[in-house]
Amino acid sequence: MNHIIIGNSAAAIGCVEGIRSIERDSDITIISNENFHTYSRPLISYLLEGKTDEKRMLFRGENFYAENNVKTYIGRSALAIDHVAKTVTLDGGDKLSYDRLLVATGSSAFVPPIDGLSNVKHKFTFITLSDALALAKTVGAGSRALIIGGGLIGLKCAEGLHAMGCDITIADMAKNVLPSVLTPEAAALVEKRVLQNGVKLILSNTVTRFDSNAAYLSGGDRVEFDALVVAVGVRPNISLILDAGGATGRGIIINEKCETSLLDVYAAGDCTESVDISSGATKIMALLPNAYMQGECAGINMAGGEKTFDNAIPMNSMGVFGLHMMTAGVYEGDAFALNAKNGYKRLFYKDNLLKGYIMIGDVARAGIYTSLIRERTPLDTIDFDLVKDKPQLMAFSRMERQKKLGGTTA
Amino acid sequence: MKRIYVNEKWCLACHLCEYYCAYANSGQKDMVKALQGVRINPRIQIEEDGGVSFAVSCRHCDEPLCLKGCITGALSLDDGVIKVDEKKCVGCYTCILSCPYGAIMPSASGSAVQKCELCLENSAGEPACVKGCPNRAIVYEERV
Ligand SMILES: Cc1cc2nc3c(=O)[nH]c(=O)nc-3n(C[C@H](O)[C@H](O)[C@H](O)COP(=O)(O)OP(=O)(O)OC[C@H]3O[C@@H](n4cnc5c(N)ncnc54)[C@H](O)[C@@H]3O)c2cc1C
Repeated sequence: MNHIIIGNSAAAIGCVEGIRSIERDSDITIISNENFHTYSRPLISYLLEGKTDEKRMLFRGENFYAENNVKTYIGRSALAIDHVAKTVTLDGGDKLSYDRLLVATGSSAFVPPIDGLSNVKHKFTFITLSDALALAKTVGAGSRALIIGGGLIGLKCAEGLHAMGCDITIADMAKNVLPSVLTPEAAALVEKRVLQNGVKLILSNTVTRFDSNAAYLSGGDRVEFDALVVAVGVRPNISLILDAGGATGRGIIINEKCETSLLDVYAAGDCTESVDISSGATKIMALLPNAYMQGECAGINMAGGEKTFDNAIPMNSMGVFGLHMMTAGVYEGDAFALNAKNGYKRLFYKDNLLKGYIMIGDVARAGIYTSLIRERTPLDTIDFDLVKDKPQLMAFSRMERQKKLGGTTA
Repeated sequence: MKRIYVNEKWCLACHLCEYYCAYANSGQKDMVKALQGVRINPRIQIEEDGGVSFAVSCRHCDEPLCLKGCITGALSLDDGVIKVDEKKCVGCYTCILSCPYGAIMPSASGSAVQKCELCLENSAGEPACVKGCPNRAIVYEERV
């Protein structure tokens, strides 16, 4: 078999490891337009903070490609897929043939058209290592940074820039930070922590226009900055599949084997949309664990094995200025609420199933909740009252526990 | 692969496994020095409720969601054992979010996680919890 993988991040690495779990010596070629060894994208804010460095942030070791017998085209773009001739055309004109292809092109920063944006001299997005290195070169202690977007990426960027000594303002049109994963009440805890660290928040505001170094906000504020970071969201990179005639929605459409509508073409990661089993809705779940597991699933199938990935849920763990939070699933149904000092917990349940949760502060053993959602464990088979209080295996039946801990299979 | 198995019928909830674990991973030669006045943060933890108790530690399972979901590459599989490289780990806790057993926890510093590595990396050489368990409620065995 001759495999080509477009992309070199979580989904691509999952695919290599999936293929190699089945086939030891098939051909694998990685094409990546980022000029780096595979690295952990979420660590770019930790790089600014000095909590990692370019060496430690490698997603796999320096010998990864050699050890897995992977040929690489690093710093090269795939321009087109011909799914009939089974070729990929690269910039520079090379044409590579494949038997099986994985599209793991991820997503790109979305930059909305805003009046005057083109006149802003120091503007950045915050997705790639190059973005982070460019930002680090431009700003330093005392620089004023304006971040548009109070989601995961905007907040992580703020944390990184804060450690560099920048004076930071975050603006968002939503009325609270992390609007896609937190309730306003939960977000209030995060906002408090952000403000305590001297970061300014301007919520419920859009930017109406820019001068070269100032933004005018809908509420009347004018914010001057030395560097602007646009972090309003990402868009899946679907064009290769779209242009080849494959099925796409907002993301590339895949089935539970990670096959696209094109024969022998697979897709995985942030460029795809798939079913969130907690809500039943088809979504883009642009999160690293899903990207890796989809990539691995694709890889196993590409190598002739059998694998389905059919229990994806949105789930995220994140720390902001030392405050840890975890979110998973969908916030539907009844809610169990627990408020602690500087903490917050909500479990959402419906139809005898745990559907989702939010935990801030004490996040110990949260994976037990995640697993209840993912495995769709009927709540009447466990002691739900016990597990509501805190995640614990005690809530399972003795027999179930025997399987989990005692090693019995039956 | 030898793994740790738990037989909850025999567990006395004595918590000795937790102390042996903390000691084995303390890097100290002297048990008293390692444990006296210290709030231990062991990698194996006892759950107890209404007369039932058992120890929970990493299963080194066949579907390691911690490893697959690790956003940094700090978790790796080495000869059947899931290990954490605390120099690469930044303490994002995605593995804590993912582990169905609740068997990964923050390390004392909070800036990385810790988990059972079967005492292969420390001076104990074999699981200290197993060795220290007075009632064979935790065993280290090869099973098929
Ligand atoms: C700052 C930040 C923090 C984050 N924090 C978290 C977190 O805490 N937890 C979490 O779960 N997720 C987090 N994420 C999201 C996570 O990084 C993504 O879900 C993950 O990287 C997706 O992996 P992927 O392989 O699908 O795509 P990507 O990582 O986007 O990689 C795709 C690669 O393909 C390349 N490519 C695209 N088109 C082509 C082409 N035509 N030819 C060649 N190469 C191409 C791209 O340049 C890129 O290198 C974060 C993201 C950012 C930016």
